[in-house]
Amino acid sequence: MEWLTETRWSPYVAGAGIGILSWFTFLISKKPIGCSTAFARTSGMLEKLFIGEKVEQKPYYQEFKPVIDWEWMLVFGIIIGSLVSSLLSGDFNWLWVPSKWSAAFGPEPIPRLIAAVLGGICLGFGARWAGGCTSGHGISGTLQLVVSSWVSAVCFFIGGIAAAFLLYNFIA
Amino acid sequence: MKKQKISDRSSLIWGLLFGIIFGFLLQKGGATKYNVIIGQLLLEDFTVLKIMLTAAVTGMIGIYFMKSMGWVKLYPKPGSVGMSVIGGLIFGVGFAVLGYCPGTIAGAVGNGYLDALVGGLIGIIVGAGLYASLYPKVRNGILKKGEFGTITFPELFKVNDWVVVIPAAVVLVLFLYWLETAGF
Repeated sequence: MEWLTETRWSPYVAGAGIGILSWFTFLISKKPIGCSTAFARTSGMLEKLFIGEKVEQKPYYQEFKPVIDWEWMLVFGIIIGSLVSSLLSGDFNWLWVPSKWSAAFGPEPIPRLIAAVLGGICLGFGARWAGGCTSGHGISGTLQLVVSSWVSAVCFFIGGIAAAFLLYNFIA
Repeated sequence: MKKQKISDRSSLIWGLLFGIIFGFLLQKGGATKYNVIIGQLLLEDFTVLKIMLTAAVTGMIGIYFMKSMGWVKLYPKPGSVGMSVIGGLIFGVGFAVLGYCPGTIAGAVGNGYLDALVGGLIGIIVGAGLYASLYPKVRNGILKKGEFGTITFPELFKVNDWVVVIPAAVVLVLFLYWLETAGF
């Protein structure tokens, strides 16, 4: 069982594993893997704490009810799976600032956190605008050969590569 | 009513189980790390693309096989130029600035990364909430520009599924092979 305690697997093994996993999500749960609606539902659930049942009147939350569903549990499961994997290999560590960020922008946590919040806002907003993320469009949609997903996935990388080059070559 | 509740609960448990496996694979593949994701977007480390395209090839062959046997159906998402291109580019900017995506950030949290837990998660939830508020203003306007609906490539070309699946799989495998031989 040494493979369970290895720090890294070949990306092809991890990728094939995810492909095979999606066979089973289609077969058993009748759903493709996806992650970003879980964040929209969470947002609705948190909003409900402040403004109450009115949240359910919002057109968006009529389409995506603010409740815990299959996909929400999937995202929650990712946290556990990654925790188990990193604990088994000893790769788990508490870290505020990733080394690549700190080499370019310095080791202070505050700028990194501000970037993470702002980047997260764009990511959550863009994912719901496009109707999916790197999982829902990037993996599940591309493997189903869906036109909207291939267009979205290509745009994820065009936007991402352009912004990363700008960030690391001109701002850093 | 009672039966409905049991099936809901079993669906949630399956979701959790699939998520645990997904998170385990993402972590083992290295995709829960900021350095790996930003390395991909800076075109220095192709781990992310290798994982995604291998998953796409493996998934595609299995899903289309099961579809041809009548065991599964597809769940294509709708899109349009206004939706997929604009949303995709905004997502891309967030992808680079945050350095995680909605799935890998959950994996980053499990890996102990506090910029994901304290910063990124809050941002994504706020961003998704902002979109929910904006949605009534865009749903009949910009989202409808240049619609392509839920069409798939085999439907677009009006051919048998395998006429697209096999060449697509071959092209993706050749691309991955080229990446390896090019030293990425």
